[in-house]
Amino acid sequence: MTIDTTPARAKKPGSANANVTEPVLRVEGLEVTYYTDLGRAKALDNVGFTLNSGEKLGMVGESGSGKSTMALAMMRMIKPPGRIEGGKVIVGGTDLMALDELGMRRARLNKIAYIPQGAMNSLNPVMRIGAQMSDAIRSHIKGEARSTVEDRIAKALRSVDLDPGVARMYPHELSGGMKQRVCIAIGILLQPNVIIADEPTSALDVVTQRQVMETINRVQSEINAAVILIGHDMGLMAQAVDKVAVMYAGRLVELATVREMFTDPKHPYSQALISSLPNLDNKGVFQGIPGLAPSLLRLPKGCAFHPRCPHGKGELQSNVRPEPVILPGGRMVTCHLYSEEGHVHEGAK
Amino acid sequence: MTTISESAAPDIVRQPSNLTLFFRYLRRNKGLAIGVLILVALTLFTVIGLFVVNPKHAYPLSAALKQPPSLKYPFGTDFFGRNLLVAMVIGMWQTALIGLLAGGIGTAIGVLLGFTSAYFGGWIDATIRTVCQILTPIPVLLIQVVVAGSLDKRDVTILTMSVIVAMLAWMGPTLVVRAQVMTMKERQFVSVAKLSGVSDMGIIFKEILPNLLPFIAASFVGQVFGAVFASFYLAVLGLGPLREPLLGNLIWAAQNQGAFFNGWWWWPLIPSFAMILILGALALVNMGLDELANPRVRRTE
Amino acid sequence: MNFRVIAKRLLFFVLVVWAASTIVFFVPRLSTRNAIRERFGELARTGGFSPGDIEKLIASMNQQFGLDKPLLDQYWQYLNNIIHLDFGYSLSKYPTTVTEVIAQSLPWTIGLLVVTTVLSFVIGTILGAISAWPKAPAWLRGIATPFILLTGVPPVIMGILLVFFIGFRLQWLPLGGAYSPGLVPGWNWTFFFDLMQHQILPALSLILGSVGGWVLSMRGMGVTIQGEDYVNYAEHKGLSGLTIFRDYYLRNALLPQVTGFALALGTVVTSAVVVEGLFGLPGIGTALNLAIRANDFPVIYGIVIFITLAIALLMLILEFVYPLLDPRIRDS
Repeated sequence: MTIDTTPARAKKPGSANANVTEPVLRVEGLEVTYYTDLGRAKALDNVGFTLNSGEKLGMVGESGSGKSTMALAMMRMIKPPGRIEGGKVIVGGTDLMALDELGMRRARLNKIAYIPQGAMNSLNPVMRIGAQMSDAIRSHIKGEARSTVEDRIAKALRSVDLDPGVARMYPHELSGGMKQRVCIAIGILLQPNVIIADEPTSALDVVTQRQVMETINRVQSEINAAVILIGHDMGLMAQAVDKVAVMYAGRLVELATVREMFTDPKHPYSQALISSLPNLDNKGVFQGIPGLAPSLLRLPKGCAFHPRCPHGKGELQSNVRPEPVILPGGRMVTCHLYSEEGHVHEGAK
Repeated sequence: MTTISESAAPDIVRQPSNLTLFFRYLRRNKGLAIGVLILVALTLFTVIGLFVVNPKHAYPLSAALKQPPSLKYPFGTDFFGRNLLVAMVIGMWQTALIGLLAGGIGTAIGVLLGFTSAYFGGWIDATIRTVCQILTPIPVLLIQVVVAGSLDKRDVTILTMSVIVAMLAWMGPTLVVRAQVMTMKERQFVSVAKLSGVSDMGIIFKEILPNLLPFIAASFVGQVFGAVFASFYLAVLGLGPLREPLLGNLIWAAQNQGAFFNGWWWWPLIPSFAMILILGALALVNMGLDELANPRVRRTE
Repeated sequence: MNFRVIAKRLLFFVLVVWAASTIVFFVPRLSTRNAIRERFGELARTGGFSPGDIEKLIASMNQQFGLDKPLLDQYWQYLNNIIHLDFGYSLSKYPTTVTEVIAQSLPWTIGLLVVTTVLSFVIGTILGAISAWPKAPAWLRGIATPFILLTGVPPVIMGILLVFFIGFRLQWLPLGGAYSPGLVPGWNWTFFFDLMQHQILPALSLILGSVGGWVLSMRGMGVTIQGEDYVNYAEHKGLSGLTIFRDYYLRNALLPQVTGFALALGTVVTSAVVVEGLFGLPGIGTALNLAIRANDFPVIYGIVIFITLAIALLMLILEFVYPLLDPRIRDS
């Protein structure tokens, strides 16, 4: 049974999906391992969640928690020595993991688009912007007339608040914010079902950040895609997304709506994250989280967080891995504290 | 039932020993492995040879003339009566000397200049850099030909050969080292060190040099390669220390005496093969070290 | 392309040629050898001499060559001459001028050099790009390997080996010379055919040895480019492997490769020159070889400076090609 955790949204125009509760994105049991000289590192461990059209999911976590790996895994862009060991990524009814090379290539940008972190280097320095957009179009849609392609490009550029003349320019002629917006424009060219924005504003100043976030919001509502926003700025998440997913050591430890996460975080790690946010009302000592994130090469036995957890001294925490459970209301936690309250999530192994 | 674990800290990642890591890397970087292997083999040949043979036999009139390879003379002898096996041993030793000496000089100059240029910046940097750039297009080998050709034939020795070869070879390492130090200067760990109060010299030795080592090593091997190559060419043109059994000299002499036409095929061929092995091995090691220095290359293996 | 940039490049060109000329001028004069004295020594050995007259001859030759003037005066004269491409007289072929010697041998060298250089560069670059591309089929990437192995073999040795195995043992191709003795040069098929036959081994010696070099440098560049974000992003966009290879990878990796070509010109020319000597083709290489043996210093210096000039000129031309390849340079 699929848990519907969101209010009904308008259908994506022309979508074959008539059932509004059928999530456009379903990730189940995703596992990624890196085989390094020093040993095996489990970058993603049994990660699963769902997302509906028009919804925005914010994915937060420390460096190395697996958020970017998540994005790459969904695009099937994990390179050696990393390997996707298992799991499903179902977008609009198609399991991307089951596709062959050609199928996956066709799915990229078309069904699921990726907006890279650091657009500074993501654009080919020797090609004009327009050329970099038209080659993407032509790879997926054969035989379109030149004027049609140009129209598409112009429309996409306007959607991100850029002058269509930008198409004739080279990347080095654009500012950082403009380049980021070009990448967003490329992401929406083919109206994908899912858009993954990987730290789209990390390298930008606050003013441009806001511009870019507004742009993402706008384009999302235009094509009604599901958006996954990866970042580590909780404050930004609070303003931008509907649901928040917290990653720790390659595991999804909590998934809840923005309101739930900020008012009543359940997982001790999420609690620590929220309480470490500066708060104008509650002035006090800066709260950090004691200890360091564990190396993925040698994760603690049992719960990955237990060494740093105030509740982590028990035998259960030290020896048994917690499984994701669904709490009443639909939120998900991976923590021993709640294993009796909810039932095991279907996506878990 | 599992035992109750009291420890709250995660286990330390057990690091395999450095030697193990090295061998694992060698397995992936086969080029480097083969290159090193060949060099080791050649070194053994030379070292053992030096102990075993009588060096006098590498010079003219020490053995029967123009003998093809046989049990008595495994590599044969040449027109002048040199036992080629002995000549090869001595020649390789001399080639190694030139290579290491010239390579060392070239690298040392390169590191010094490159470092100074990058670290002090300003007009020092501009001068050194411009000089390097101007000298680069000049066909180094030809200049070496000019220099070697101008010397009195008696003045051309192993030592002078090394100097000649090193004379115009330092520009490459200088620019490489300079580029690396410049990027390092900008990077944060230098600023952090400065802020922590580490002295200038301290920064140089503790922070920058260790990071430079892979590049210096790669440059050194490249320099040795270049030096061996250059000395070989000079010798083949007849500009080397003619008395010495340098491999290039042997080939030059062979060409002079029309070795092929006279059917003394072993005379130029054997030094040629030796040269191929030496240069090939050096090239492989050079490539391998380049990979080591550039981690991105490693990632794709 | 503004005036300042062009002026800077021209200045660089001039500086390079000046530096080479100066080195070539001063270095030999540091040694104690006197070319003329040696020359006459040789002639005297074969012909007999009377000491007094020899000295007078040497003195008069010295005067003719301007060697009796103070060093600095000689230097200015020398530089002046070079600007006019006057390298003086050849000692061994007196009264042929060095310029004539160069002019006679140049055409032979250019043909061989240009063809082999261009071929090596193109083949090497393409093979190098392919060999570093992980998506290319393994066999295709493997083609590069034998060439890489051959990098350690200097063209000269390659030439020796080829001459021995193919020319001597198998007798498939001629051992040397530009064309068979007895054949009169002319614009006919027989001559052309014979000419080509004689060029094959020298060309192969140069190509086989140098392709590897280009493969390696392109491969190194290719690996670096592969790691660039935009190549990765191109894959995110769902572009086909071929498109990514051509537009994102190749086009960017080519830039430093072209730079490398400019820098490598020195070695390229030198190798060609030496191989020529080996095969006895009547080009600049052989002229240089003969000059070395005959201690014909003016010819040696003239050829060295001339080659430097040629290289510097080619580099200058390439400098103007870059902006066409890399839009970032156009605007800076």
